[in-house]
Amino acid sequence: MAFGPFLLLALMEGLVTAAVLSLAAVGLSLVFGVMRVVNVAHGEFFMLGAVIAWFVSTMVPGPAWLAFAAALIVAPVLVAALAAMVDGLVLKRLSYNPEATILATIGVMYMIQQAALSYYGPDARPVLAPFSWRLQLPWFGYSGYKLFVVLAAGLVLLAVWLGLTRSKAGLVMRATQVDREVAQAFGINVGLVYRGVFALGAGLAALGAVLYVPISQAHYLMGHDPLLLSFIVVIIGGLGSLRGTLVAALVIGLSDGVISMFFSPTLAKILATLLVGLVLVFRPQGLFGAKE
Amino acid sequence: MTGGRIWALHLAVLVALLAAGLLLPGYHSTNLARILVLATFALGYNLAFGYTGLLSLGHAMFFAAGMYGAGLPAWHWGWEAGPALLTGAAAGGLLALLAGSLALRTAGVSFMIVTLMFAQAFALSLLYFSDWTGGDDGFAVPTTARLVFGHALSADVPRFLAAWGVFALGLVIALALVCSRFGRVMVALRENEERARMLGINPYRAKLQVLVISGIYSGVAGAAYALLFGYVGSSFASIQYSILPMLYVLLGGAGTVLGGVIGAAGIFYLTEWATALTSAWLFLVGLALVVLVLFLPKGVLGWVRAKLWRNLP
Amino acid sequence: MSLLRARGLQRHFGGIAAVDGVDFDLEKGEIHGLIGPNGAGKTTFVSLLSGRIAPQEGRITLEGEDITALPAHARVRRGLGYTFQITAIFPGLSVFDNVALAVQGGRGRGDLKALVARALAQVGLEALRDEEAGTLSYGHLRLLELAMGLALQPKVLILDEPTQGLAAGEIAGFIQLVRGLTPEVSVLLIEHNMAVVMELAQRITVLNFGRVLAQGSPAEIRANKAVQEAYLGA
Repeated sequence: MAFGPFLLLALMEGLVTAAVLSLAAVGLSLVFGVMRVVNVAHGEFFMLGAVIAWFVSTMVPGPAWLAFAAALIVAPVLVAALAAMVDGLVLKRLSYNPEATILATIGVMYMIQQAALSYYGPDARPVLAPFSWRLQLPWFGYSGYKLFVVLAAGLVLLAVWLGLTRSKAGLVMRATQVDREVAQAFGINVGLVYRGVFALGAGLAALGAVLYVPISQAHYLMGHDPLLLSFIVVIIGGLGSLRGTLVAALVIGLSDGVISMFFSPTLAKILATLLVGLVLVFRPQGLFGAKE
Repeated sequence: MTGGRIWALHLAVLVALLAAGLLLPGYHSTNLARILVLATFALGYNLAFGYTGLLSLGHAMFFAAGMYGAGLPAWHWGWEAGPALLTGAAAGGLLALLAGSLALRTAGVSFMIVTLMFAQAFALSLLYFSDWTGGDDGFAVPTTARLVFGHALSADVPRFLAAWGVFALGLVIALALVCSRFGRVMVALRENEERARMLGINPYRAKLQVLVISGIYSGVAGAAYALLFGYVGSSFASIQYSILPMLYVLLGGAGTVLGGVIGAAGIFYLTEWATALTSAWLFLVGLALVVLVLFLPKGVLGWVRAKLWRNLP
Repeated sequence: MSLLRARGLQRHFGGIAAVDGVDFDLEKGEIHGLIGPNGAGKTTFVSLLSGRIAPQEGRITLEGEDITALPAHARVRRGLGYTFQITAIFPGLSVFDNVALAVQGGRGRGDLKALVARALAQVGLEALRDEEAGTLSYGHLRLLELAMGLALQPKVLILDEPTQGLAAGEIAGFIQLVRGLTPEVSVLLIEHNMAVVMELAQRITVLNFGRVLAQGSPAEIRANKAVQEAYLGA
């Protein structure tokens, strides 16, 4: 294959990565933005979404799209419920202290991971895509489902953005984000907002995973990479900024696609993690965030 | 309580550990050797986290730097244990100097994430340069390198004695350090950094010094682990090995000299017991972490200090 | 040549000039009061002097040496001591350790224990040296804060609202104490309690809207029309 098509393929793969990244990262960004909690277990919520999608696909008979549609609803709801429980049992009791919650969510991460190992097993299992249409280009064929993921990610992000800016719930969340005490004084139930945001963040991760799992496989350790990459995206984009998250997901996704294809995926990850560290050191507001 | 009694307590613990290692059967003395090496790691972690309040999520990179710093020369050039231990210590300290000089420009949650990211980049680099490092598989440290004064470190008694020696030296230095003027500065930085600054203390420099000392401890522990147990692998650079020393310190008591060894022994036997029950032993590690953070945030010795013995260092 | 000198100090926060071109001189051996209505820029000005905030314009010299670019801790080591308005001690450490930290960070050289004992004796806290600082009463905390300032062995001591929250009897003792510090230590006193300023200060600088409104002896300041207006509100 010539250089041009090769680059096109790299960019398309990068775009898909960017879509998955932004889906995984948007929940983490939301949770950090509103609650100031760094949820290390976020990747495990992602993993659970994929694993639940697999269980649903084995239980729902009929065409693949039916099981897929069922998983799109079941997985986020179950994961959100679990997250709400974690909030009540752990985070709330720690008064959302930033450092203590990091330690505690590390513990939660191990617990979810190992529970998945016990009940789901160590194997990676495939989940069928809801349709198998392929886009045939002159140089190569490309999975139509991957393009669907890009579209779906765009829709989910748009929905989150509209929800935050146009709905009453979004207003309450933003008020809580700006000033917890003032929000409380205006009669907002901050505890409920926190629980809702944490559940929503986890649900979004699960939703992203259901979309992602047909182009990958469900595995109990699969939460690791999304966690790391979400961190990268959220930090480079500026903690708590939705627009920054999207831009960073695009930049990281596309450069990851190109570097992985022309050099090595490991090198791409090394560069990305170093970049995050350096961004936090030298530009804590994020590469794309405005200076205070 | 006087300084004399503090020293007597710590020396008594060292003697008791020595006796236990020499008198117990081989299986336990090997366990104890492993615990003492991990406790040395915890000592270093505690100086940064427990005493100075530097919550690092990246100490695995210092441990691994020590491990590879000792293991690579032994593997490639056939170095002996003595010099290899020194290069391991130096590797841990140098990496701490490099990572710390950048990471210490941040604080709090940012510091945690920056250290995590640097450690991640370091772990990935070990995989990337697999021609040198053996990549995912790691490598066995050649037995010819596992010698000290002609004694094979693979045998039970020399191995235990070496582990005990490393830990004892580490404990004595740590105790002297936290009882010194500098130790007072460390605690001051943890309690109120801005106030310390307005008392003429340079927080950045002091914290960097602590981090380098902590890195050397971690490097020594990693090097000793490689030389005593004969294996070097990239899994020791994973985040799990940043969490473990934190867990030891949280269980034993952050900001107590003996907390690390109590925590290391506690977690070690907890995992032994859990592994016998289930393959998902990490579940119990996770549960232990959550329970500790929720219900015993000061650890065993922190509790002892609050209730019984206020001046315990 | 004055001991501590500032020329043209300026600091804006997003368009608002908190300190707007202030010139200031602290002479050796004097007690100098700094007053002004709320929001006049006193806190910002003192933060510029002590190095907690960097100025956008202007220069600061201590004994003729330019310290504008020095970080706060380096200024402390050169003899510019600062005590906090809101008492900021190390609650988990003993009274001894609190003062010892100040001795270590300051200019004092020699036996640590003796230097700590001296600072504690100056404020009358010898008996409490082994107590945990967090358990002290409010009045004792203020004295500990002062002892830490003294233990730095500063050339200039900046006291930020030192009598806030003290009872009348304690204030009398405090005035005695500060007066006894001069002439070895020169004092810059930021104070709301006008009676304390008028009694202690030889000279007073009044800030208003980030600028120097008036400067002079207590009698001159009392008689100054502009100062009266600024305080009574126009």
